[in-house]
Amino acid sequence: MDFVSQQLPVSVNYMMSKHKSGANCSAAGECVSEVQRILRERFCHQRLPDKPMGLESQYKHLLELLRRTAVHGESNSVLIVGPRGAGKTMLLSCALRELLDLQEVKKNVLLVQLSGLLQTDDRIALREITRQLHLENVVGDRVFGSFAENLVFLLEALKKGDKSSSRPVFFILEEFDLFAHHKNQTLLYNLLDVSQSAQTPVTVVGLTCRLDVLELLEKRVKSRFSHRQIHLLSSLSFCQYQDAFRSKLSLPDDFPDSKFSQDWNVSILKLCEDKSVDEILRKHFNSSTDFRSLHLLLLLAVSRVSVSNPTLRAADILEASRMSNADTKANILHGLSILELCLIIAMKHLNDTYEGEPFNFQMVHNEFKKFIQRKSHSIHNFEQPVVLKAFEHLLQLELIRPVDAGVCKVQREYQLMCLMLDQTQVMEALQRYPQCPTDVKQWASSAFG
Amino acid sequence: MPAVLQCPGYPEAKLRCLAESLQCREVQASTLLALMGEPQQYSYPSVFIYGHRATGKSHVVLALLTELELPHAAMSCVECFSRGLLFEQVLMALFGPEAAALLPRCASFSDFVRVYRQMCAQEPADQTRYIVLERAELLRNMEANLLPGLLRLQELVDDNVTVILLSEIVWDKFRPSTGCFEPLLLHFPDYTKAELQQILSRHSHPSYTPELYSSYINILLGVFYSVCRDLRELRHLAALNFTKFCEPLEKGEAQESDTHKLWRRVEPHLKRAMQTVYLREVSSVQWEQQQMDEKEATALRGLSAHAHVELPYYSKFLLIAAYLASYNPARTDRRFFLKHHGKIKKTNFLKKHEKTSNHLLGPKPFPLDRLLAIFYSVVDSRVAPTASIFSQISSLVTLQLLTHIGHDDQLDTPKYKCAVSLDFIFAISRTVNFDIVRYLYDFL
Repeated sequence: MDFVSQQLPVSVNYMMSKHKSGANCSAAGECVSEVQRILRERFCHQRLPDKPMGLESQYKHLLELLRRTAVHGESNSVLIVGPRGAGKTMLLSCALRELLDLQEVKKNVLLVQLSGLLQTDDRIALREITRQLHLENVVGDRVFGSFAENLVFLLEALKKGDKSSSRPVFFILEEFDLFAHHKNQTLLYNLLDVSQSAQTPVTVVGLTCRLDVLELLEKRVKSRFSHRQIHLLSSLSFCQYQDAFRSKLSLPDDFPDSKFSQDWNVSILKLCEDKSVDEILRKHFNSSTDFRSLHLLLLLAVSRVSVSNPTLRAADILEASRMSNADTKANILHGLSILELCLIIAMKHLNDTYEGEPFNFQMVHNEFKKFIQRKSHSIHNFEQPVVLKAFEHLLQLELIRPVDAGVCKVQREYQLMCLMLDQTQVMEALQRYPQCPTDVKQWASSAFG
Repeated sequence: MPAVLQCPGYPEAKLRCLAESLQCREVQASTLLALMGEPQQYSYPSVFIYGHRATGKSHVVLALLTELELPHAAMSCVECFSRGLLFEQVLMALFGPEAAALLPRCASFSDFVRVYRQMCAQEPADQTRYIVLERAELLRNMEANLLPGLLRLQELVDDNVTVILLSEIVWDKFRPSTGCFEPLLLHFPDYTKAELQQILSRHSHPSYTPELYSSYINILLGVFYSVCRDLRELRHLAALNFTKFCEPLEKGEAQESDTHKLWRRVEPHLKRAMQTVYLREVSSVQWEQQQMDEKEATALRGLSAHAHVELPYYSKFLLIAAYLASYNPARTDRRFFLKHHGKIKKTNFLKKHEKTSNHLLGPKPFPLDRLLAIFYSVVDSRVAPTASIFSQISSLVTLQLLTHIGHDDQLDTPKYKCAVSLDFIFAISRTVNFDIVRYLYDFL
């Protein structure tokens, strides 16, 4: 019996064990929860991989640059540019991890991490720098002194150092483009100025998703920047994408239950050969090549793995892709009441007739009244305030938008609006609408109301 | 789909209890629970839940978090209208009041992250922490860095934390121009008619059978479903009108089995309710009182009936003149207001297009001179242009019956618009015996 169960694939094994005893069952449960733990850490927490994939040359370049500062005391500045989710932070953290593994570097280097989202102006950024460098006006976790004092203090501390004796500092500026919006770009100017002159060795690493980031810099700041840029533009082929899919789902070798991990990895291999999975992957690859959307898809799929369903099936991936690709506006349109839907159709007709001119409530109501008088048998006549309430609900859902912001001056009925949906969306929503009256459908498809 | 909520790591009895309380939302609740995973596992940094009003978004999320006793901070963005309040509430709920006291007075996001990290180092997470923000669309109006920052809070504070945003508006309207960490989108679909019926019928009246209540709900949905799908609104209406429905039963005029008779009695009543209590023209207290007194439902005047204002004689004419100036084209003034106008070709005068009807397009601005000219023409007696006439114009502006267009100059040829409705001006002109329809271009 024991021998047979070893030969069987996991799912059958599990089903048999459920009949057999409780001990095996709990083991399977532990395995599944361990799988969940590992994969969730990979997808949600963006755990660092061992090597950045597909970015070897950029990685080498960046590592060499950082090593020069850490070991030789050269000052540098570099920008890592790439779209969202292209792995900028991952690349940098990998490089830092490898660099800080060296014993002499680890003791030597100081690290300052800033983010444009957190440090929204120079004053906050300076306090953060002084705090992270543990300079002497820090008591506990608080920093004292005004902005000017802090700046002078920091600059003096940086200027006093020289190439040979002082410890190098890495400045890491995430969301670099937001720092360029600070007043006078004082912080950037000073940091880049230090990196240009023979003072304390610093390296300024900026991470940004804007390709035109250099245009944002002032001339004096731009001239002090070394114009070294590392571009992370994805040149991934579909084969590599498939490999990534496989490797992201596979369990590591140090998984406690080796048999379970082997079975899991075999099932993942099988999954990759599946036609429908391949199709979904290709669709995802065509819409975006970044790994973050892949992580989202995989998380949705992995969350469906449970004790009663211990392997990842093609159906899970299918369901996950359906969830992540759902058309959000169609979902909202699906929940509207029939009166609100009729108003949207009236707006669509107004848009068709007057070629995208803005409209107000009176026109929409007029169009709706014409429909009721001429054609409708299923919808009875509603009072104007009831229709106005429905109209305002559409406004709240932001399916329609006021044309100008000067709202308070005009009466509600005469405020000009435009529809934020296009014709195909309306027609599609109508097809999916549950129990839609036939005359409403006919009205929608007839040209010009 | 059977109502099973299951996930290892949580007590099963509680899950079973939860599954019973989350009626008609089993699929959403189990998806959410699966995404949350076991308490000590990482969860996705940000989850965005959208769906119509009253589709159980906050109910499901909060029921899960409170029943399973997970550390969470739940707040509404309506209350936390500023950054500082938001941070204080989050820290207070997750780490207790000492943490909130650490925040400086004008806390920036940087301070918040610093304090969070500090507290987090003191009590490291063995469970995922959740931050739930209701009415998340208001976050867009706060600082620009707040929403992107919250979306990647897990990375910034380096803790096992998940931010759950709840909103009625789709995610496309939230995305900042330079992009952000994309949250996981979860849709709560609207209740179908059958589901609404099931939920509403759950709270039946103790002195009547559940079947009767269910048939009452059926009638109610028949009237209101095409207008309103909001569960809360429907529940409110159901509670308000049930006594009326039971009236024939109490008087002994009908049996519980006479559904048709009951329907005939209550349907006009419900239709009236749509025009009054649904629009909040009549408050629910008034509505209930009226049902007690057996008064005719329309006898009660609603809020909008009180909109009639008592104005001085000349103000009424000024308002009428302003209305005529706003809704008539200036080229027709000669025809309407001059006693002995020259010959105007009738065909030329009556050239109209439907879209140009001014009652569709809204009022047009007019200068002060034109207002006064029309005013002198419609008032039969001689009126001196005294200071009181001019002050009445400006007091009409303060009453918001007229609006002043353009703030550039106050004295020299100001322009106005009339901001009253047609019904209102009919009522006014009736009091002064002025037949306004004869003078309106749209009604010729």
